[in-house]
Amino acid sequence: MSEIVLAYADSGEEMTLNMGPQHPSTHGVIRFIIKTDGEIMHEAIPDVGYLHRAIEGISEKCTYEGFMPYTDRVDYVCAMTANHTWAMAVEKLADLPVPERGEYLRVITDELNRISSHAVALGAMEMDIGATTPFMYILREREYVNDLLEEICGARLTYNYHRIGGVGWGMPKGWREKVLRWCDHFEPVIAEFDRLITMNELFVKRLANMAAVPAAEAIDYGLVGPNLRASGVDFDVRRDVPYSIYPKLKFQTALGTGQMGKVGDCWDRYWVRVEEWRQSLSLVRQCMEQIESTPPDFWKPPKKLKPKGDAMARVEAARGEMSCYVVGDGTANAYRARFRTGSFNAMQLIRHKSRGLMVADLVALIASLDVVAPEIDR
Amino acid sequence: MDAQSIFNHLAAKLGDSVYDFTTTATKDPYFKVKPERWLDVARVLRDDPELRFDFCNNITAVDWPKLSRIDVVYHFWSYGKAHAIVVKAELPRDKPQIPSVVSLWNAADWNEREQYDLMGVEFLGHPDLRRIMMPDDWPGHPLRKDYKEAESYRGMPTTRPNTMDLLPMFDKATPEQRKENNDE
Repeated sequence: MSEIVLAYADSGEEMTLNMGPQHPSTHGVIRFIIKTDGEIMHEAIPDVGYLHRAIEGISEKCTYEGFMPYTDRVDYVCAMTANHTWAMAVEKLADLPVPERGEYLRVITDELNRISSHAVALGAMEMDIGATTPFMYILREREYVNDLLEEICGARLTYNYHRIGGVGWGMPKGWREKVLRWCDHFEPVIAEFDRLITMNELFVKRLANMAAVPAAEAIDYGLVGPNLRASGVDFDVRRDVPYSIYPKLKFQTALGTGQMGKVGDCWDRYWVRVEEWRQSLSLVRQCMEQIESTPPDFWKPPKKLKPKGDAMARVEAARGEMSCYVVGDGTANAYRARFRTGSFNAMQLIRHKSRGLMVADLVALIASLDVVAPEIDR
Repeated sequence: MDAQSIFNHLAAKLGDSVYDFTTTATKDPYFKVKPERWLDVARVLRDDPELRFDFCNNITAVDWPKLSRIDVVYHFWSYGKAHAIVVKAELPRDKPQIPSVVSLWNAADWNEREQYDLMGVEFLGHPDLRRIMMPDDWPGHPLRKDYKEAESYRGMPTTRPNTMDLLPMFDKATPEQRKENNDE
């Protein structure tokens, strides 16, 4: 498609347009320098770094345990999985055990957070291309998740809940029933959401066939998570590099099949996330069933934490695989920590994919890749 | 394939450009590579039908001033074969240079730029080696262990007074002054 558009569009007059850093639809502080001929872009060059908070540098200046609240800020839309990544990396480095109930609570909170993160991603995507109503509907659901997470850890966005060797608190009284009740409430909401927007003809026509990413290209550019699965690559860290208690749970990965257009187009990336809501709900339910029979211990704090060596942990976050590479030199602080995040690599793709798109479609492309500025810059 | 057979396979093909395979005392098995041969090794990693490392997961540079070297650590994963490997390259600290692998994996592009920006590793042959996180005219590479931040950048101070320093001033206040403060 883009080749045809480009062939007709070449009037030879190129305009340079600045978009951002403070632009409502760039999902945070990101800047694009767009070279455009009329409405058709020749190139959109992303310029990142406006939200760089030196999180990797901070990791060298505080203890392993003390760094946990900072990991929330790696990705504040899905902070729980960032907590999990750091905890897992340090546990792998220092060979620490995690009580079974701690693992269950980690997975439950991860999946709840994934639901709320996808709610933001999908809601914001619709709003970016002009549908305001679903955003309000779905943010109401996100409020419920925030309430549930607030009840278990005291915070609504930056949780600081996971600990090295477990989680900070157990389940409050009645929380399990509340979560299960909310799961029952949310299932029909997904169906309603599908009727309202997912299968809406205007919406489908706007997104189908747009900026399709073939599987080989997705792998080459390092797309991960839902973006990768939307391109038809059947890979999920939770299943293929199993961690925590995921091997005990049953779930099906959602794949983009190109049912509305090409495989890996913006609609596929959207749809995969809707399906992941259903997966996460089922995972939460299975965990809640199995957690009953586990011993009540949820945290085994390490006595002495001065590991040596290096380790890499991979976790399936809402924006795809988040991995943390941590080097220890036998002191209480990390010698070097590196977070590899999904949005960072997804942003590289935008320059390549933007050729021949309309300016207005750039917004849909960014939204469909679900990039979040703090996760790009860290 | 497990890490040992991956290394053996590589060593059979490339001789001594790969060395020091380590599985003990490490969580992820790794081997070291000679920086000047890195591009050849990387090409085999990607294209060999037995290996097929199609996903360049992560690139990290680690500064070791005491050993006066900078290590570049690559993490690879193969979607088809479902195996992983870690490759380390040791570079001299005063002139850290290594061939870029952007021509093989596009995912390496920004990762290499970030390591160049924060750690000062020069990736030879990178198409667009600019700073990515810091401003273009920022002096130094912030993640180096001996990095000292300049006092100001373009006339803007990089530090601000610590509010905790004001506390002794309040402690030393006379009872009258304290009362005055409270009344306000």
